[in-house]
Amino acid sequence: MAEFVMPSLGADMAAGTLVAWRKRPGDAVRRGDIIAEVETDKGLIEVEVFTRGVIEKVLIEPGAQVPVGAVMAIIREEAKSGRIETATGGEDLAVKPRETLPVTTVPTGQTSSPPEVVSPLFPSRLRISPAARKLAAELGVGLISVKGTGPAGRITRQDIERAAQVERIAPATPEIATSRQDKMRQAIATAMARSKREIPHYYLSTTIDMSGALKWLTQENMKRPVEERLLYAVLLIKAVALALREIPELNAFWVEGQAVPSRAVNVGIAISLRQGGLVAPALHDTDQQSLDQLMKNFRDLVKRARAGSLRSSDLSDSTITVTNLGDQGVETVFGIIYPPQVALVGFGKVVERPWSQEGQIVSRPVITASLSADHRVSDGHRGGLFLAAMDRFLQEPSQL
Amino acid sequence: MTDEEIRSIVLRVLGEIAPEADLSEIKPDADLRDQLDIDSMDFLNFMIALHRELHLEIPEADYAKLFTLNKCVQYLAAASASNP
Repeated sequence: MAEFVMPSLGADMAAGTLVAWRKRPGDAVRRGDIIAEVETDKGLIEVEVFTRGVIEKVLIEPGAQVPVGAVMAIIREEAKSGRIETATGGEDLAVKPRETLPVTTVPTGQTSSPPEVVSPLFPSRLRISPAARKLAAELGVGLISVKGTGPAGRITRQDIERAAQVERIAPATPEIATSRQDKMRQAIATAMARSKREIPHYYLSTTIDMSGALKWLTQENMKRPVEERLLYAVLLIKAVALALREIPELNAFWVEGQAVPSRAVNVGIAISLRQGGLVAPALHDTDQQSLDQLMKNFRDLVKRARAGSLRSSDLSDSTITVTNLGDQGVETVFGIIYPPQVALVGFGKVVERPWSQEGQIVSRPVITASLSADHRVSDGHRGGLFLAAMDRFLQEPSQL
Repeated sequence: MTDEEIRSIVLRVLGEIAPEADLSEIKPDADLRDQLDIDSMDFLNFMIALHRELHLEIPEADYAKLFTLNKCVQYLAAASASNP
């Protein structure tokens, strides 16, 4: 048997509220299937399962707030190795003591075949239109408490507007922060304060000549229909991923007093949300994707982040974070590492600057790239080599 | 298509990209990116949406001609007229 637990969707998450089960006892699941919807400070998250088997029983009812690591369901694994695996994404939660977690056991009475009638415990997936979901994220309305008035109980935009109005008129606890934006702000504050308190940061920056990369990009985009055009941010992200292959100690987690390198390079992209706050979901296997794939996945990630429809693996799998504040006119970023990661790369805006080339002063578009890194894991020498590698990759954009 | 019809489409598309914005407050000659906090991904999505709505190819080299509401309407009206 494997335990499906509330995953950690970042260092700033302590608990999540189960909104709905998307699978029922008796349902077969395989790696990547969405098993539940969970409300967190980052919005409504679709939680994936990372094991293959059949749902034996569920232990939590929709509406319950569940601490990270608490067992939510038992999955009967397909007999392969007989080894018990935890069904979690992201960090290994198998070490967390089960007895400390407040779990309510719910008898299901179903072990082999799906029930004929859908139990109230299993409202299947939350019925909500994409527009209403997006509005809820913007207004910070928790979906668990919204009653749907649309067909088959579907939550509509009007339901969200009504719920938001009720929250405005009668805030439950006016003295403390209650909106999702406020909660997200608190969660970010907790994670960043922890980072600054625990991680001995060091900072490096370098100026990179972007003329070759931008020229290549302009020529490339001229050949492409608008839907297939690339943003220069994608070149930066790919260069980061390739440089991490050369300096792998920056692609790691700090866990229980030691650095644990990650085999996968999953670059987390800091995405500001229009209603305030930010998330940093992962572009999985960034180093192995073509620029076209990266651009497609980047667009999808931004769209889903802003619509409040991220998946658990988006939020739990980042191995490093990239933040690009060039659009806001920033020249240099001095970033704070998102624990348990050990590095963050920042980019400013592309600016025209005098540049010395073969004894001549010329004007060049340049960008300032910065690295914030954990001194427990790497030294400035290795950090410098990382920035140099990134620069080198950006000088050959057609090879990215 | 009239300028007003184009303006209406542009505003509708902007409303989808920046749903929290009060579109009635847009200054027609000020940069849309600053007014609506539009980043490069948003602007690309804006171009894609205009392409889908108006069936016009907008080269990347022309993006700067669409940075304000008035310029946008002017550019799209001229492009529509030459590509009926």
